[in-house]
Amino acid sequence: MSNIVSIRDLKKSYQDGFEALKGVTLDIKAGEILALLGPNGAGKTTLISTICGITTPSAGSISVGGHDIVTDYRAARSMIGLVPQEINLEPFEKVINTVRFSRGLFGARRDDAVIEKVLRQLSLWDKKDAQIRELSGGMKRRVLIAKALAHDPRVLFLDEPTAGVDVELRKSMWEVVAGLKADGVTIILTTHYIEEAEAIADRVGVIASGELMLVEEKATLMQRMGQKQLEVQLTAPISDIPAGLRSDALSLSADGSALIYSYDTNSERTGITALLSKVSQEGLVLRDVVTRQSSLEDIFVTLVQEDVS
Amino acid sequence: MNLTAIRSIYIFEMARFFRTISQSFLAPVLSTSLYFVVFGAAIGSRIDEVEGVSYGAFIVPGLIMLTVITQAISNASFGIYFPKFIGTFFELLAAPISFIEIVIGYVGAAATKSLIIGVIILLTSFFFVDITIAHPFAMVVFLVLTTISFSLMGFILGIWAGNFEQLQIVPLLVVTPLVFLGGSFYSISMLPPIWQTISMFNPVVYLISGFRWAFFDTADVPIVTSLIAILLFTGGCLTVIWWIFRTGWRIRK
Repeated sequence: MSNIVSIRDLKKSYQDGFEALKGVTLDIKAGEILALLGPNGAGKTTLISTICGITTPSAGSISVGGHDIVTDYRAARSMIGLVPQEINLEPFEKVINTVRFSRGLFGARRDDAVIEKVLRQLSLWDKKDAQIRELSGGMKRRVLIAKALAHDPRVLFLDEPTAGVDVELRKSMWEVVAGLKADGVTIILTTHYIEEAEAIADRVGVIASGELMLVEEKATLMQRMGQKQLEVQLTAPISDIPAGLRSDALSLSADGSALIYSYDTNSERTGITALLSKVSQEGLVLRDVVTRQSSLEDIFVTLVQEDVS
Repeated sequence: MNLTAIRSIYIFEMARFFRTISQSFLAPVLSTSLYFVVFGAAIGSRIDEVEGVSYGAFIVPGLIMLTVITQAISNASFGIYFPKFIGTFFELLAAPISFIEIVIGYVGAAATKSLIIGVIILLTSFFFVDITIAHPFAMVVFLVLTTISFSLMGFILGIWAGNFEQLQIVPLLVVTPLVFLGGSFYSISMLPPIWQTISMFNPVVYLISGFRWAFFDTADVPIVTSLIAILLFTGGCLTVIWWIFRTGWRIRK
């Protein structure tokens, strides 16, 4: 697959000296769905805003479809659609007018057939003459997507499309994204949710404090992220793990009151059954059993530590 | 040049004007009618003539200028400030258009709106007074140049403003006094000599004088001076806009 977006050593510092991006290099393949994961303030939105021309880069270069975003901005931006994180819409405008406006702004001739297709795709056709203030939050978000799609972009940026959206709507948003991918649109989305990346992305990039920590195929990354912990709490603390239980995956909590077992949810055998039967064979009495999945935050910490070492 | 984009901005802005038709259309007509009632009928009946023109007719060019200038500024400044305020401005930045196209779209729409209002006021005034226009072509040129130049100024104001208060403060504290003291309702020659000299520093004097010349063939200052004044003002606004374009001031982070 060829690259549709190429980012080289992109840096962005704001006037107050804050370094939002510290040299990001990234290639986005045509037709893929790339999810950018990262905590708040990691630089996800800055990265997207810079590619789309809202923020000017401090250093580095970006090209979209082979067009440099600074010297050949018209050609580059014509290929891009952007769905921002905040719901920014003119409250008194009609849905169809605001979508038409977006199409015209991107230099595309008025074409009501395209507008109808986009609005139907997003289940907004029966709301086309409604004022935006009359719509629900989920519909407004879809209007933003319709505006971004109105000029047939080849690359679509979705900045946290499902933040604060209920489960059902999130699923329908994923379906929309899958449909766009089928039409050949390259999609880059930012998200807090691992499940979201898991559900729709082909590749996943992790951004933390202005740096791209990694970009990997989803399957590879999910394996790394799939670590889970089982905490076996005991009624009486022990000073050492009994010999029969010892393994690399098992450790004792600091106060000796719990055994902590790490396992991989993706593997066929997790070893939980064997562990629990051995625990009872050793004569240890269970008080409670808790499982924990490593959170995104934990993964970032691990990634940052790996990076430092 | 992305003409489709300019057209889209223009149509979108004009649609706002027609959507709020009562506000954008009735308000200036009503206020102008009130001016005619107060100044034209109530007070004007006690003033014979100013420079050979009945007082009611004399104030028509000033009234049109007063409304056109304030409308041009408020329409243009609001037009560009509103997207900044509600956050839709990002779309203009992400679109394949240059700043010049944004200016043409927004300033063009604001100038058109104020021009329409200017024409409406002129038509309204026919109901109150008898007017003949001595130089119709010059009148149109003055009106168009005024709407464009003050829309440019409004656009700059809208880019500069960080909140609604700032958006109001310049029209309120600078423009309105200048227009009122610029001879909307009187001839500069009616003032004591010292105030005549001070008035010459008010750029609006030249506009109103030139516009009045187009109506009645009499003026406070020579028509060429008026023309130069408005061209200088337009040039000044264009320079500031060019500078904003070069530096991205208050636009791009």
